Amino acid sequence: MTLPSLNLLLQSILSGIFIGALYGLIGLGLGLTWGLLRQINLAHFGLVFLGAYLSYQMAASWHVDPLLALLIIPPLFFAIGVAMQWVLARFAITPFNSLLVTFGIAVVIESAIQGVWTADFRKLESAYNSLKFTAGGLYFPVPELVTLVLSLGLSFAIWAAMRYTDLGRALRAIAEDGPIAAAFGIDHARLSLLLAGTCAALAGVAGICLALTFALTPSQIFSWVGVVFAAVMLGGLGSALGPLVAGLLIGVSEAITMAVASPSWAPIVSFTLLIVVLLFRPGKLG
Amino acid sequence: MAVNRSDMPGAALRGDKAWSPLTVACIAGLGGTLLALPWLGLPPFYESFLYLLCHWAVLALSWNILSGYSGYFSFGHGAFFGVGMYTSAGLSANFNWPFLWTLPAAALMAALLGVALGAVVFRVKAVRGELFALLTLAITFVVATVILNTRIDGGPGVSLGGVAIPKLGPSASSSIYLLALLAAIVTLFISWRIHASKLGTGLFAIHDDEDVAEVLGVPTLRYKLQAFAISSALAGLAGGIHALFVNYVTVGETFNITVPLTVVLMSVLGGSRHWAGPAVGAVAITCLLYAFTAGDYAVAGKAAVGAVLVAVILFLPNGILGRPWRRRVDAAGADEAAALPPGVATAPSTAAQAPMVVSPPDAPDSRTPIRRPTLAPGQPLLEVHNLSKAFKGVQALDGLSLQVRQGEILGLLGPNGSGKSTFINVVSGHFRASGGRIVFGGRELTQLPAHRIAHSGIARTYQIPRPFAHLSVRDNVALAAMFGGAALPRRQALREADEWLEFTGLQGKSTALPEALNLHQRKFLELARALAARPQLLLLDEVLSGLTPSEIGAAVALIRQIRDRGATIVFVEHVMHAVMALTDRLVVLNHGKLINEGLPQAVMRSAEVRTAYLGIAADGGPAAATPRPAQPTAAGHA
Repeated sequence: MTLPSLNLLLQSILSGIFIGALYGLIGLGLGLTWGLLRQINLAHFGLVFLGAYLSYQMAASWHVDPLLALLIIPPLFFAIGVAMQWVLARFAITPFNSLLVTFGIAVVIESAIQGVWTADFRKLESAYNSLKFTAGGLYFPVPELVTLVLSLGLSFAIWAAMRYTDLGRALRAIAEDGPIAAAFGIDHARLSLLLAGTCAALAGVAGICLALTFALTPSQIFSWVGVVFAAVMLGGLGSALGPLVAGLLIGVSEAITMAVASPSWAPIVSFTLLIVVLLFRPGKLG
Repeated sequence: MAVNRSDMPGAALRGDKAWSPLTVACIAGLGGTLLALPWLGLPPFYESFLYLLCHWAVLALSWNILSGYSGYFSFGHGAFFGVGMYTSAGLSANFNWPFLWTLPAAALMAALLGVALGAVVFRVKAVRGELFALLTLAITFVVATVILNTRIDGGPGVSLGGVAIPKLGPSASSSIYLLALLAAIVTLFISWRIHASKLGTGLFAIHDDEDVAEVLGVPTLRYKLQAFAISSALAGLAGGIHALFVNYVTVGETFNITVPLTVVLMSVLGGSRHWAGPAVGAVAITCLLYAFTAGDYAVAGKAAVGAVLVAVILFLPNGILGRPWRRRVDAAGADEAAALPPGVATAPSTAAQAPMVVSPPDAPDSRTPIRRPTLAPGQPLLEVHNLSKAFKGVQALDGLSLQVRQGEILGLLGPNGSGKSTFINVVSGHFRASGGRIVFGGRELTQLPAHRIAHSGIARTYQIPRPFAHLSVRDNVALAAMFGGAALPRRQALREADEWLEFTGLQGKSTALPEALNLHQRKFLELARALAARPQLLLLDEVLSGLTPSEIGAAVALIRQIRDRGATIVFVEHVMHAVMALTDRLVVLNHGKLINEGLPQAVMRSAEVRTAYLGIAADGGPAAATPRPAQPTAAGHA
């Protein structure tokens, strides 16, 4: 174990912040449906990748700027999310069965992606790819900065909405006790549709960020599950800021592990963290 | 293996029927054919397909033993599978062990990991449901990282190229197939035996309500650990065999999300409450995957598997084998409802129902003691010294000392939040005491786990009934007889259950699920369950609350009969006329302290009691506008 130079360490921490922001962004929608609708939505990962591939395709075919795709994909995904929730709401499903159903949906999405785009790696080519600036000897690549800004902005926006609007209060009331909230006049069904749509739209945004920074292949859909679950659980189910904070924590600790030990040791950090939190503060995460 | 010898195979606790000779012949025929297959000269390709069937059947069945039966959904099955795989691969490739010898080692290593994990995780009460699933998933990745970065793997993977394949069949692939087939047969047998055993019954109780299971006498921690050990050992065995099948073991291919998700899927698809359900699910999914992926439409096939999964979970949430069971119970409930005249089934106990509550005096069993008393009447049966219990600053019990005497009905009174229910919860072991001693029949019970307290002869009811939702009314009661102080074998326990169901007037509901009962019947189910344990001391927590006056009358008669049959009773109640009619002695609590005790009439006249209860000052004048001041204590706990 050799200690890296200070500059290298700082650069690692920075890249940890960037990847952590993406963990947080993917985890944001996942944690909200998990905490508020009691659905463990694996299809979220499918939607993230679908969004990534769509923005890749729009850039490749029509030279649509990925940031412009932010105006197209999230509304489309909102509609998809609402439609999926509308169907799922017809069935009384337990959290575990929701996991299985959405796993099935994720597999369907994965197959569709593989059918259309094949299993080869695809990388979104855009003007942002090579853009970066330096400050204090550190590199700040623009695609990652975009991810960080979007992740921070959306997490805080949703946090504020949950805290200060009637809609947010109603959602928290549902999460606390659905039947009682309904007895006080909260329209559970309509709010669930709205929330599911919002979370799907968030998956679309996360997908665009993913396409900006990573090369895509369909089989990677499930490789994100473990670490994003860790971020969501650490941050607290149904919390808006939790996944971001936990994502950053995991990202930075992984990056430091990679710099100090070796990249292959990185997963142990997030998962040990998750285990420790589960054992010592179970049910009171975040 | 923790299969109880005294259990009758196929006995009917969960409705298992004895197998017909035809079924047995079919199973034997199928097994024989599968065993003989390698000698029929099939192309090796079929053997590897059949291998995968057996492989997934072992994994799904083994997962189900912990997760399906007890409801602790594990996402960590890949960890045990992987540990088995690496144990076999490492021992055979690097240490030249004969391959067959590595298999017990693979099972043992996986079981050790399971027990070590369980010994930590099962002690944290809140780690259930999704938290348990997540924790076990995290363990998988931790184990994978450790293996990848140490000499167990080191990065490139382990090759079994030089390992001699044990000669069980005519060819290498047939030998591997036969190994997996044997493992599948063993696993299926174990799954069935556990399902029919005391262990299985206990696990199903844990699935529905772990706290109640413990209080009824199920050693929950030990059972969960046993199930976890068996489950992970079998997964390790499957992994060991699979190492030989894939011939080259890598971390990336072993420890991914595929194994845990697939086994969950197979079990839920097949029916996780059925011993063979996961095997059925494994066969269905392996065939589906194969049918599609073998052809030219691999991608479409994968999509189809996903779609089938969605459809099955939405339309068959109890799985393929779960469905008929469910329907049968529903049908039984419907028949019963139809047999009663309209209105009777839903109406709370009417005059017509009241007499059946009391068993006829000339019935053969009605005079036999519930449990032969070990002490002379009036001797102290339960002694509590200086008992305290605090919840985050709220002192629910504050240095309480009292005695319960053999053969009496002791009434426990006090305003809401005075500590009555906490007393019952602490004595029955539902909560651990913060301080003080509990001595029962001369034996120290302080700090014992709840199931040991149940074995020593204490039974209780819950104020809000907590039946096991997925077990029939009869099984709910039989379970208490099997695990409680009586500790009867299954068949006797069922007879015992019938007796107590008749005693409480629930015999007509014995095959129904608890959800079909009204509140009055649920309260009596609580009572039947407590009585089936044949307790020396019965703790009744507001059995009368929420009942109509006629139902109360019937219940009072029942409680008097219970006492006449030798049980000592602690009776917590707010219904004063019932308290005055039944109790021999009263103890009054307020703020967790004893404020008065003695004969009922005398206690009720005491000024202190009237102050605590009615907010009337000792001089008799009204002290406050409210007739009963709200007590600033945690009402939820007390």
